[in-house]
Amino acid sequence: MQFSPDDPFHDYDQGAYFCELTSPRGDDGATAAAIRARIGAIGLDALRARAAAAETELINLGITFTVYSEAAAIDRILPFDCIPRLVTAAEWTGLEAGVRQRVAALNAFLHDIYHAGHIIRDGTIPAELVYGNANYRPEMKDFPIRFGTYVHICGTDIVRDAAGTFMVLEDNARTPSGVSYVVENRHLMSRAFPDLMAGMKLRPVDDYGRRLLEAMAEIAPEGVMDPQVVLLSPGIYNSAYFEHVFLAREMGVPLVEGPDLVVEDDRVYMRTTAGRRPVHTIYRRIGDDFLDPTVFRAESLLGVPGLIGAWRRGTVTLANAVGTGVADDKAVYAYMPRIIRYYLGEEAILPNVETHICREPEGLAYTLDRLDQLVVKPVGESGGYGITIGPRASAAQLAAARAALIADPSNWISQPVISLSVGPTLTEQGIRPRHLDLRPFAVTGRDTWVLPGGLSRVAMKEGSLVVNSSQGGGSKDTWVLDTEATP
Amino acid sequence: MSRHTPLLARYAEGLFWMARYLERVENLARLVDVTQTFEAPGREAESWFGLVRINADEATFAERDIEPSAEAVKRFYLLDPLNPTGIPASLESARFNARTLRPLISTEMWMHLNVFHRDMTQIAPEDLQGDNLSRLCRLIKEGVQTHTGITEGTFFRDQGWLFYQLGRLIERADQTTRLLDIRYHLLVPAAGEERRVAELTQWGAVLRGAAGYHAFRRVAPAGFTPQDVVAFLLTDTAFPRSVLLCVEQMDWLLGQLRSRYGLRGTVPALERSEELRAGLLGRPVERIVADGLHQFLDGVQRDLILLAGEIGTAFFRDWRPLAEPSSQGQSQSA
Repeated sequence: MQFSPDDPFHDYDQGAYFCELTSPRGDDGATAAAIRARIGAIGLDALRARAAAAETELINLGITFTVYSEAAAIDRILPFDCIPRLVTAAEWTGLEAGVRQRVAALNAFLHDIYHAGHIIRDGTIPAELVYGNANYRPEMKDFPIRFGTYVHICGTDIVRDAAGTFMVLEDNARTPSGVSYVVENRHLMSRAFPDLMAGMKLRPVDDYGRRLLEAMAEIAPEGVMDPQVVLLSPGIYNSAYFEHVFLAREMGVPLVEGPDLVVEDDRVYMRTTAGRRPVHTIYRRIGDDFLDPTVFRAESLLGVPGLIGAWRRGTVTLANAVGTGVADDKAVYAYMPRIIRYYLGEEAILPNVETHICREPEGLAYTLDRLDQLVVKPVGESGGYGITIGPRASAAQLAAARAALIADPSNWISQPVISLSVGPTLTEQGIRPRHLDLRPFAVTGRDTWVLPGGLSRVAMKEGSLVVNSSQGGGSKDTWVLDTEATP
Repeated sequence: MSRHTPLLARYAEGLFWMARYLERVENLARLVDVTQTFEAPGREAESWFGLVRINADEATFAERDIEPSAEAVKRFYLLDPLNPTGIPASLESARFNARTLRPLISTEMWMHLNVFHRDMTQIAPEDLQGDNLSRLCRLIKEGVQTHTGITEGTFFRDQGWLFYQLGRLIERADQTTRLLDIRYHLLVPAAGEERRVAELTQWGAVLRGAAGYHAFRRVAPAGFTPQDVVAFLLTDTAFPRSVLLCVEQMDWLLGQLRSRYGLRGTVPALERSEELRAGLLGRPVERIVADGLHQFLDGVQRDLILLAGEIGTAFFRDWRPLAEPSSQGQSQSA
């Protein structure tokens, strides 16, 4: 196909990476071609003007997050790239099955380690890695959990290598965020680029709130007819406050803060104008440590004294359960293929990225030998903090990473540098390839439902592999094609 | 199919205050505008200091050692974020409340307030100069009026809306008493025709400040007296800013909270509003003026503070106590 110099794609070069729009894949490629043609028809200038208007709208709507890594807290929008990321129907079938499988294994694993601990006794995973994990909560031992669902909301970070193979980079089983952007990005695209979307048969994303509420109602204590669900937020100063607002609105439930709740006789109530009203399910967006000052951090003002006691009595359900952090730990991650096999008797549908565990001598030696070729990550962190990317690091950075590894090996894992796939992205220079990942969201009550698509995070800086919003990443609308049919 | 959903006490409180702060912003813009229009040539500083008296801010002025010039007064109310009775602080508080209310208010309400707040943080000293000031006041008024219109058209009318209206009406009634009190503080020539003309001009200014000048002309007798103006602003129930109309609407709102939502905590507040009404209608206006308008208005303001206190105690207070009432009883702990 020939492109004229007016065509914004005329100088697009995906390089050695898999491109989510231009690389050939299983389907006939007609939708991707249509998207390219339509973007060409819109033209670079109009594309920029509309993208700028869309970002202004995000600011006006207050669809922002707060960054704390700088001197002050600053409200920022998640940069929005208007060129959608495409997922074919066949690709999605595989991704969805892989995510479901992963969530099932995570829940089975959590149930096991907080009960009999077969997997440890059978020697499939070292005891120390589980019981010695900072995120293992002894308080959860033998705790009754409805349907065995610990991880009600799960975000699975998936990347794609140069050959186009999807792999799981990380599980987020605590309080994963980003789903609000999935829905808001779609709304934004519909308003700003109706001509790009016209006739596209896409899987809808509007259903998330209803599905989530349904799951929250399912997990409410048995016998409650019309359960009161609430979303517990740390409040307006939390970086994800917008998402909390979004979720509360989409579910149609109150967004409460710790002081809005009170526990009496092992029952949780919210303070309303008509006095106290019982609460049955709490979708909490507060970390384990802050939930209940009588059980965890005593100085926490965000939580609710007595909450864990009420949960234990079975009068209220928390989502996600406490103590899920042990399952999404980067060290436990290395064992996920084995964990899947152990509980489900299946091979992992989505492979892991090859991972070396530095707590093990071989892993440490391997890592130290090839520090300049590997990505080194701390096991307990999230948000892309503390990562050293070997091939891109300076000598000083490598020396610092080496010192940190030697000082505390068990705090680190290493992985090969994955040539993350790219998506065409609007930049100052024109349309250029930028690396991206995908975070699908799975909601589990009795069963698991996966929101079609997920959050496509894109590293806006040229060559950057870090997609995290706290590190300057942006996002794209993710289009899952409903069928292989072309518009 | 409307099912009555419970309203968090914190939300009720936030709605009450958000509305109150915005009403205050609009009224302050009106006061500034009218002060500008009717400032006495050669006595500008005195004219502007009237605004400080209306807002009972003399002490703050003295404490912070601000020179009572026209310029200083304008800056104090339009630019100074540290002045809790000024427009920047009130808008900040309104937006703070709106932020906590985002799950409840309409997206359009939030978006407008977010943008309005941002625009108003850009006010610069030159916007207070010359004819810019009047334009600025118009923008502020229109900003709040846009909010009011968006709210009217988009905000779900369950009990949250009732608390929103209560906050707004309490503030409006309070502001009308302050506007009326301006007259008490004005300097007038000692006697004669000069005094009569000066008085008429000032009462005209008060009416304009309340956006009631033309309505008053329609209903007032040809040779109207100051008492007619007082009666209009206090008790004409066709006038949107009259104290009595505000009280009657609050009565209705409280009644709705009780009958539709079963909130029995409204009883003490209803008693207060009944007292307010009796105070307004109990004596002919000539009598009120003769006995001392300033004292009467002080009494009304005190009753409004008590009314707000009853609402706060019954519905907000068990979770976040209101701050000690300031001289205006309008502060909110954040």
